Amino acid sequence: MGGGDLYLTGEVKMALSQDYATPTARARGLGSAKSGVSSYIGQLTSALALAVLVPWFLFSVISAVGAGYSGAVAWVARPWNAILLILTFGAAFYHMRIGMRVIIEDYIAKSGTRTALLILNSFAAIALFAATAATVLKIWISAGA
Amino acid sequence: MVQLTLPRNSKIGKGKEWPKPDGAKKLKKCRIYRYSPEEEGNPRWDTYWVDLERCGPMVLDVLFYIKNTIDPTLAFRRSCREGVCGSCSMNIAGRNTIACTQGWDEIAGSTITIAPLPHLPVVKDLIGDLTNFYAQHAYVQPYLKTDTPEPEKEWKQSEEDREQLNGLYECILCACCSTSCPSYWWNGDKFLGPAALLQAYRWLIDSRDEATGERLDDLEDPFKLYRCHTIMNCAQTCPKGLNPSKAIAEIKHMLVERVT
Repeated sequence: MGGGDLYLTGEVKMALSQDYATPTARARGLGSAKSGVSSYIGQLTSALALAVLVPWFLFSVISAVGAGYSGAVAWVARPWNAILLILTFGAAFYHMRIGMRVIIEDYIAKSGTRTALLILNSFAAIALFAATAATVLKIWISAGA
Repeated sequence: MVQLTLPRNSKIGKGKEWPKPDGAKKLKKCRIYRYSPEEEGNPRWDTYWVDLERCGPMVLDVLFYIKNTIDPTLAFRRSCREGVCGSCSMNIAGRNTIACTQGWDEIAGSTITIAPLPHLPVVKDLIGDLTNFYAQHAYVQPYLKTDTPEPEKEWKQSEEDREQLNGLYECILCACCSTSCPSYWWNGDKFLGPAALLQAYRWLIDSRDEATGERLDDLEDPFKLYRCHTIMNCAQTCPKGLNPSKAIAEIKHMLVERVT
């Protein structure tokens, strides 16, 4: 919080006051959406899952470095590893989607741009999950499991 | 809306340096934000020299000294001068607080910088426009709501239930917390802000209130409530030592409890 920043002065205020909506009407706005708790629970739950999955993922990747390409493919093809990998990507992209949504809502004020970015955010998260999960499944299946 | 720089007509220019008072031995330099809608031009920083031997101990006394002996045009709000009314909230040395409980000797450095609360439309000098802030307070309906006919004598409350209100009822609505919150800066038109949400929780947790469900309905909203990202500027700046971010976390907890 810095002193000397972020003040609006009279002219800006007068421009705002051209809107004759009462303060109460403005504070109520479009009313409560009566939603939000499910995103909140989703964010916390996926964070909890990631707190376990990400350390496992990092530990596994670092341990697999020495085994080379074929070693890495063999590691992914092990059923438990493949399942945990898909869960890691699922939780990560689900969590990312909620977090990015919040950032877009915080910082993008222009309604059209915001809507476009929110849709793009959903597409990106789902596409990333589909691509990574398909890759893991391909390796798992082609290893003849 | 995010504003990382000031609008052109809000940029603060260098102002007037007022003369030092005669015969003063112990002087303190004060840099104060000045703006008047009746005058042409941008806001400015004016410099005043305060004779500390003729001034009381608080920053509010510094403002009185300037207004009474140097520049009567300086505008600021004040009333109780003892930290219960919340009128003299402003940004002092980079922190939102109330001028009447902030001692000038507690401020490090050679200069005391005083500005209005951040990110409010400025009415004049140190006076910010709190219209929206008050409307948001009204939105949470900060009063007892019941359907049961009022008892002849009083609504009863156990000592334990009354204790739940400690740390909440003390809020003086000075707006230091809400105007220190980046989420409130960017989305203050839709996010209710820490002060209104602390008041909302004060009524949610009141054992005598019968409108808890409706209150939660009115708050469950991606902007009205969930814009709080637990940044905790509110708790750090509160001149009464309250913790609005904890109250907001409790509201979020109640909403989870309602669906699980």
